Amino acid sequence: MNLSQAKTGSGGIVLTKLDDVVNWARLSSLWPMGFGIACCAIEMMGAYASGYDLDRFGVFPRPSPRQSDVMIVAGTVTFKMADRIRRLYEQMPEPRYVISMGSCSNCGGPYWEHGYHVVKGVDKIIPVDIYVPGCPPRPEALIGGFLKLQEKIRNEQNLSAPKAIQNLLNQKQASS
Amino acid sequence: MTFDQIRIILTEKIGAEFVSGEDKGELQPQLNVHADSLRKVCSELLSNSDLYFDFLSSITAVDNGTSVNTFDLLYHLYSIPYNHSLVLKVTIPRGTDESLPSVDSICSVWQGANWQEREIYDMFGILFNDHPDLRRILLPEDWIGFPLRKDYQTQEFYHGIKVENPISN
Repeated sequence: MNLSQAKTGSGGIVLTKLDDVVNWARLSSLWPMGFGIACCAIEMMGAYASGYDLDRFGVFPRPSPRQSDVMIVAGTVTFKMADRIRRLYEQMPEPRYVISMGSCSNCGGPYWEHGYHVVKGVDKIIPVDIYVPGCPPRPEALIGGFLKLQEKIRNEQNLSAPKAIQNLLNQKQASS
Repeated sequence: MTFDQIRIILTEKIGAEFVSGEDKGELQPQLNVHADSLRKVCSELLSNSDLYFDFLSSITAVDNGTSVNTFDLLYHLYSIPYNHSLVLKVTIPRGTDESLPSVDSICSVWQGANWQEREIYDMFGILFNDHPDLRRILLPEDWIGFPLRKDYQTQEFYHGIKVENPISN
């Protein structure tokens, strides 16, 4: 989308597609849920802080999953944490996105072979949109992940009503 | 105070039958204690004004494997005012899956033993008699097995998630 070129020049009217405006609004204020589960969270905090200042992309951590658009899984996902992550994800309103930050949450990382307590990738629990590699990734890499996510949202089409709760209900019905 | 002096004071006070031997070959000499006399030895080590081991540095366990069929429990004690230390070793049979091995808790002597004994229960499946709150401390409550045992087998699924990675066998 290019808002500036769509100006008509008279009366300050902007012509654009609804999809584009909604996508632009969404990608410009991606609020992540403020939580971290291991050392990657230290780099995530560094990315939030004044040195890298993720707020300039509209990224600002929220203290509740109800107010969040994106979940950054920053760290090792243990089986004990897996249930909690799944619940937090289900508590987030749609549209919701997940950034998997670091080797541990991408695939189990150093626990790939011998970690009986580690989930071998957070994508076994919840759908992941962006994988950020690194152990841990530098703040620049996390910012890169956000830019990729913004690109993904920019190209989204077909605005639709939230379906997650209906899907959960259908699952429950099917299993009972 | 040297290891031998500590042993002499202890055996004079409570009797030599509580101590089953010693191992001085290690970097830190160990005093072997019978499992059923552990709590008595510990409370004497704390209350005796010449010894005064007021700090329990750590408790660890060692699985000696299924052929030897024993666990070792190692208690590292330290006296802050006297600056001397002592290692106690208790050897207990491995037990079976139906009846886990057990040893007396020393929480009543040193409060700091509480979580360390919980961790040993979590990892090795050793029960501690009279422990105030013996639950798993690190793993989820419904986890199956004790991971630091030599014969530990990982469960295949936990809450519907595959535990082993999908590529390795």
